[in-house]
Amino acid sequence: MATEHSRATARLMISPAVLLLLAWMIVPLALTLYFSFLRYNLLMPGMEEWAGFLNYKFFLTDPAFFSAVWKTLELVGGVLIITVVGGILLALLLDQQFWGQGAVRILVIAPFFVMPTVSALVWKNMFMNPVNGLFAYLAKVFGLPPFDFLAQAPMLSIIMIVAWEWLPFATLILLTALQSLDSEQLEAAEMDGASFISRFFYIVLPHLSRAITVVILIQTIFLLSTFAEILVTTNGGPGTATTNLTYLVYVQSLLQFDVGGGSAGGVVAIILANIVAIFLMRMIGKNLDA
Amino acid sequence: MSAITLKNVTKRFGDVTVIPGIDLSIEDGEFVVFVGPSGCGKSTLLRLIAGLEDVSAGVIDIDGADVTGTAPAKRGLAMVFQSYALYPHMSVAGNIGFPLRMAGESKEAIDKKVRAAAATLNLTDYLHRKPRELSGGQRQRVAIGRAIVREPKGFLFDEPLSNLDAALRVNMRLELSELHAQLKTTMIYVTHDQVEAMTMADKIVVLNRGHIEQVGSPLTLYNKPDNLFVAGFIGSPKMNFLGPTYAKEHGAATVGVRPEHIKISKESGLIKGTAGVAEHLGSDTFVHVHVAPDQMITVRTSGDSVLRHGDTVWLTPDEDRLHRFDAQGKAIR
Ligand SMILES: Nc1ncnc2c1ncn2[C@@H]1O[C@H](COP(=O)(O)OP(=O)(O)O)[C@@H](O)[C@H]1O
Ligand SMILES: [Mg+2]
Repeated sequence: MATEHSRATARLMISPAVLLLLAWMIVPLALTLYFSFLRYNLLMPGMEEWAGFLNYKFFLTDPAFFSAVWKTLELVGGVLIITVVGGILLALLLDQQFWGQGAVRILVIAPFFVMPTVSALVWKNMFMNPVNGLFAYLAKVFGLPPFDFLAQAPMLSIIMIVAWEWLPFATLILLTALQSLDSEQLEAAEMDGASFISRFFYIVLPHLSRAITVVILIQTIFLLSTFAEILVTTNGGPGTATTNLTYLVYVQSLLQFDVGGGSAGGVVAIILANIVAIFLMRMIGKNLDA
Repeated sequence: MSAITLKNVTKRFGDVTVIPGIDLSIEDGEFVVFVGPSGCGKSTLLRLIAGLEDVSAGVIDIDGADVTGTAPAKRGLAMVFQSYALYPHMSVAGNIGFPLRMAGESKEAIDKKVRAAAATLNLTDYLHRKPRELSGGQRQRVAIGRAIVREPKGFLFDEPLSNLDAALRVNMRLELSELHAQLKTTMIYVTHDQVEAMTMADKIVVLNRGHIEQVGSPLTLYNKPDNLFVAGFIGSPKMNFLGPTYAKEHGAATVGVRPEHIKISKESGLIKGTAGVAEHLGSDTFVHVHVAPDQMITVRTSGDSVLRHGDTVWLTPDEDRLHRFDAQGKAIR
């Protein structure tokens, strides 16, 4: 029984943990906010001074900013499309009975355990490298000139790498959802004259809608801050072809030593991420209640 | 409307033979009930007829055409599942209209047929609701509605009433019988409940471990069971089986007699016993009489019976109504 008394005790008992978590979150956020209003350059130590909204003005009027927002959306959108569509197809495949099912399922999930830095380097050096890469070798086998992925299609290459990392997550969630579909519903639809395609669109897809929502929401949160894959492959380039918001903040604060400008960029990124999150919640979050 | 014929239909799951070979013919417009204990293969047999499972051997004919390899949708049969299998994200109207939509009918035609079906089934006020907003009985009706809009050649029901409470079950039983009288379409109905079988069927097929034990009208099965299994399965309360000494006197290995064919008296009779629990149903009373330490005989008496627990009573079976069975359990006639 949760009496008044026991509830008060419970609150008292968990308060240290809550306070610690709060501090953990609040301190960096407050510092970032504080720095964003300073003229603070690491090349000029001791010269910090109040700058008002100047950092924000510079960051928001920088053409690199709009490019970065666009690149961020491109990256998130591209990866979401590939992982959701690919995840559904893989889940449908893995849901079938076949020999070696268990082993295949573990293999499909394996990429999730590879660190982003490592997987990006593996893709860069072993697959996409125009001289030694597997894709270049395949192109040669077919008598085609090798394609320098990271130079000629940098954003697409990054999307492929990140999608490869997230495909297992999407597959896993969608497979679990698929397995909870009542097989009698599919049989009823089959008796009702629905073809395989109709059964997919009228029965399976609506059943998966909630899981798809979860996949999109969770992945968006993580994909907005993609960084390691860009750092180790293209360094944001060529030019600014793969500079997303996270990478732009990094360039500002650590390559140009402008902590104030970088912090302002960070705050802008937080605000934009929240706008996207609210937008997503509005659009598809209604799938989650009910 | 259609006649369905099974010839040596066999089903194996891996090494396990669930149905070892069944021959059965179902006439056009008949209400046939498959009845048998749980796990005897009723659902499997129904799914074979529906086409949801492939036969391991044998032939299934509908209206003289071999449909053994035909896809479920092309057989023209509609099925109502035990779990109802409604589509949860579609409204009642969407559910009922789904087969028509799959058949590519026009919006107006679908709307008209859905309304007609909903009117028959008292669902008109619920057409816009989702299945989860309906009671069990209403869901059942939606499932039936989805089956009837297609105007199928035959209906297949797999224990459709087992998820309903007792009062609703009696109601739905009547409604289904009424529906059959209206549509005059062949219906195959699977249940483990012999009361459902007795009350609804034109023809009962008693199944046991994948075999057909007997096929016949409810009264044939009740009055002339072919074997011990049918005798024990059909009828409620169950038929009484009397001791071997009594059986031998009548030239049989086992003798059975139904509760209503035993006279009970406080003064005299053939078998002496002690009255146990009496179940008063108002119209009848079923008295459970202990005749030996491990043997009990159920007797039907009038509703106003005044026997008390522990009374000494005498039982006399009606010699003309005995069911005699040989050592293999076959009826001796
Ligand atoms: N897909 C299947 N694979 C293996 N065995 C099955 C399968 N379906 C049913 N069985 C077996 O077949 C037997 C009959 O099942 P079923 O037809 O569902 O019985 P009923 O409907 O009479 O209760 C059971 O012993 C069951 O275990
Ligand atoms: Mg069953």
